[in-house]
Amino acid sequence: MIKMQKQGPNRARISGGVAEALHHDSAVKHVTGGALYVDDIATPPGTLEVYIAMSARAHARVIRLNVDAVRAAPGVICVLTAADIPGGNDISPTPTEDDPLLADGLVQYVGQALFAVVAVTVQQARAAAKLARVDYEELPAIITVNQALAARSYLEAPYVMQRGDVEAAIAAAPRRLSGRMEIGGQEHFYLEGQAALAVPGEDDDMGIYCSSQHPSEIQHTVAHVLGVARHAVTVEVRRMGGGFGGKESQGNLPAAVAALAARIARRPVKCVYDRDDDFLLTGKRHDFRVDYNVGFDDHGMILGLDVMHAVRCGMSFDLSQPIADRAMLHADNCYYLPAARITSYRLKTHTQSNTAFRGFGGPQGMVAMERIIDEVAATLALDPLEVRRRNFYAHRDRPDEARAVTPFHMRVEDCIIDDIVAELSETAEYQRRRADIRAWNSSSAIIKRGIALTPVRFGISFTKTFLNQAGALIHIYSDGSIHLNHGGTEMGQGLNTKIAQVVAEAFQVDYARVKITATTTGKVPNTSATAASSGADLNGMAARNAAETIKGRLASFVAEREGVSANDVQFWPGCVAVGGRVFTFDEVIKDAHMARVSLSATGFYATPKVQWDREAARGRPFYYFAYGAAVSEVAIDTLTGENRILRTDILHDVGRSLNPAIDKGQIEGGFVQGAGWLTMEELVWDEKGRLLTHAPSTYKIPACSDRPGILNLALYDRGVNSEDTIYRSKAVGEPPLMLGISVFAALADAVASVADYQLLPQLDVPATPERILMAVMRIQTG
Amino acid sequence: MMVETPTTAKGSHADAVATASVVALAFSINGRHCAVETVATAMLLDVIRDQLGLTGTKKGCDLGACGACTVLADGRRVKSCLALAASYDGADITTIEGIGTPDRLHPLQAAFIRHDALQCGYCTPGQILSGIALLAEKPKDIAAIREGMSGNLCRCGAYPNIVAAIAEVAGL
Ligand code: FES
Ligand code: FES
Repeated sequence: MIKMQKQGPNRARISGGVAEALHHDSAVKHVTGGALYVDDIATPPGTLEVYIAMSARAHARVIRLNVDAVRAAPGVICVLTAADIPGGNDISPTPTEDDPLLADGLVQYVGQALFAVVAVTVQQARAAAKLARVDYEELPAIITVNQALAARSYLEAPYVMQRGDVEAAIAAAPRRLSGRMEIGGQEHFYLEGQAALAVPGEDDDMGIYCSSQHPSEIQHTVAHVLGVARHAVTVEVRRMGGGFGGKESQGNLPAAVAALAARIARRPVKCVYDRDDDFLLTGKRHDFRVDYNVGFDDHGMILGLDVMHAVRCGMSFDLSQPIADRAMLHADNCYYLPAARITSYRLKTHTQSNTAFRGFGGPQGMVAMERIIDEVAATLALDPLEVRRRNFYAHRDRPDEARAVTPFHMRVEDCIIDDIVAELSETAEYQRRRADIRAWNSSSAIIKRGIALTPVRFGISFTKTFLNQAGALIHIYSDGSIHLNHGGTEMGQGLNTKIAQVVAEAFQVDYARVKITATTTGKVPNTSATAASSGADLNGMAARNAAETIKGRLASFVAEREGVSANDVQFWPGCVAVGGRVFTFDEVIKDAHMARVSLSATGFYATPKVQWDREAARGRPFYYFAYGAAVSEVAIDTLTGENRILRTDILHDVGRSLNPAIDKGQIEGGFVQGAGWLTMEELVWDEKGRLLTHAPSTYKIPACSDRPGILNLALYDRGVNSEDTIYRSKAVGEPPLMLGISVFAALADAVASVADYQLLPQLDVPATPERILMAVMRIQTG
Repeated sequence: MMVETPTTAKGSHADAVATASVVALAFSINGRHCAVETVATAMLLDVIRDQLGLTGTKKGCDLGACGACTVLADGRRVKSCLALAASYDGADITTIEGIGTPDRLHPLQAAFIRHDALQCGYCTPGQILSGIALLAEKPKDIAAIREGMSGNLCRCGAYPNIVAAIAEVAGL
């Protein structure tokens, strides 16, 4: 029976609700070593390990593959080739069917999976793999963007977005310039490499524990490879040691190989890539060449822009189509373009199949646009910030139909970039420091400084509209404790913490009452990847909807008992109030259970308003935009090209933050990763298509000593999402990566000082010390 | 023709394990005496993770370049993926499991939580052990912390908070 309580709500606020700066839910486990990653799971006795043997050729027919000696090697249980696959030999994340699990007669990059060795230990498997005899018949290989462009090696027909008469606009413009920029790729270097453990069960069942952003796709891929229904495969992901997009589709291979091995060996099998293998096997951020032709007036107003993106996709589609599309959708960044055309070539090369990486093409599109603005400003001898501001999309509160439409015909209704830039340039003292730096440079012969403020506007939603859906599952047990599951995955971004806060807020119970559980396809089916920054937006809404369903049942139950309407039942902190009486949450749960009320519910959410006609390149691919800006100050040594970030100031819009501590971490981390991509991370392939930078000794990512000397970071405190997102928050995973563009632009500014700002030096991405030195030398020799 | 493996740097300490001879070693691990038999070429990291079952120490690169595998040997930080287990016979080894427990955290563990000095957590055990060794060297300013921690990579970019956590415990 429900006991009446005399007192009212005992607390004004629950602990751990929405907007609290809670620490990451696994923080204690992380600092004590108790957090389990795939390779830490205690495996059943008899678990085997599998090593994936790779192609040594970029493009070749495999004339003969003899693995007899491999089979006979110590510790080897079996060797898997394409012929051993019972289902389909395809692990493509899209219906393109161009990613074989194991090469079948044709190899298309150095590092492609050729066969797999299952042994007691991975050391034995690796040693045995060397005993294979492979005869190749080499075929012509296309490695670089320029080779692919020249050979018209396209994965699909070029794709164009256009608005207005671009030729006429550029021809009529008082000023014109054209240029080219090469933009390098980026290795994810998630600190935990790809990993999967497959455990066979009865019938056709297969359990997979893996490090993946997309458990549903792992499930679908494993089922396809094994030739079984999807209901036979259950995939569980507790957490990843970093993902950054690199575990959206690239986890398919290790999971499918482990599952195939487990099916054939009838024992559990683990597949963990070591770091070199991870570099060689997996796709990276797409490298681009961008050619541009822009018309503008004497004030720096852009009148027409014609841009060509040449995108190196690698040997197959993977996610290249939506990535290349997103690069086009961000080719305008924050700027209104009265006439624009973006033409995109998706190039097939005999290299790793490039894949998702934080920003998903957006950063490449955006950095080229920022470069164009800097060139326009340099040509006119204007402050680049002034040129930026003049070209911004119309402000949310000052609608100007004429300056609100993107090249893909979407109206920008939530633009607040003017406010952010105005505030940041004040707090960071951009104008004063810019003047000081110019004065300082004129008296410094060798060390030169540069400064730049760059804005970010990033579209939120999957551009494939159907992906904008999510599910959640909530159980309340009869003791009042809450079990939460949702379709999103945890990769360090604090998603689980945020969703638990949402659920605590909905029920008005303490966060500690909500248990976060591993993502599994057995609880929430048919999920989308945790990607596109959408994890909290989608899963937060789905979880809240699940909570609301249960709350509705509880309210009806209590209302009926108390003889009032369900509308009169309120959830107060830790209790339920009805008709002047108050019951503890625990009591209500216990009695609801006794009264046979269901305490379990699913929740679902589909993002409203988005629609995208890809054929016509028109529509509203994004629900809303996230905004931010950064000012960076750098110093370069003009004798060596060495450089340093002296100070960075960031102001970023996360709407109403669900968790400011986690959001700030995402912003700092995104900035560091973006600056790394743009300044130091360099991938080099030789002419045979061999990746030369395949280890941390040759591929440098930012270290502690590379972060800015001073880093001031603030959340935009007037931020509110104008759309009805979860508690009016905004997505935060990807947009801050592009704050790193400020560092790149500041480096170019520092180089320009060498010739007294008379011209802007050509500078490609990444702006490594070598490239900076070359730019200095070019500019010195005029 | 043999398969030319496209890897070049892969060191073959791992491959050698399969054939090498067995040695008996004794360490103190987190204050407990431990006797293990292992191949002579085994790396300390693999012994700690696979034979002793202490999985808090992580393998990030297995090439001595990321710091995820950092442990303390007689108080000094060691990248255990590059350390031959046999050369630590008799040593006093401390891993993340020996620093503190959830209810009795080491001050640096508590500071990492307070400063949100972690995201995915994969680098965290190595960062903390490296930080403890650095604290013992008494860094004199923030620059010394940044320099002293530059062997421990964090791909999530939690550096500002990692530095802040160490600085707080150092009293800087
Ligand atoms: S795993 Fe030892 S330094 Fe990276
Ligand atoms: S927290 Fe992810 S690598 Fe450091």
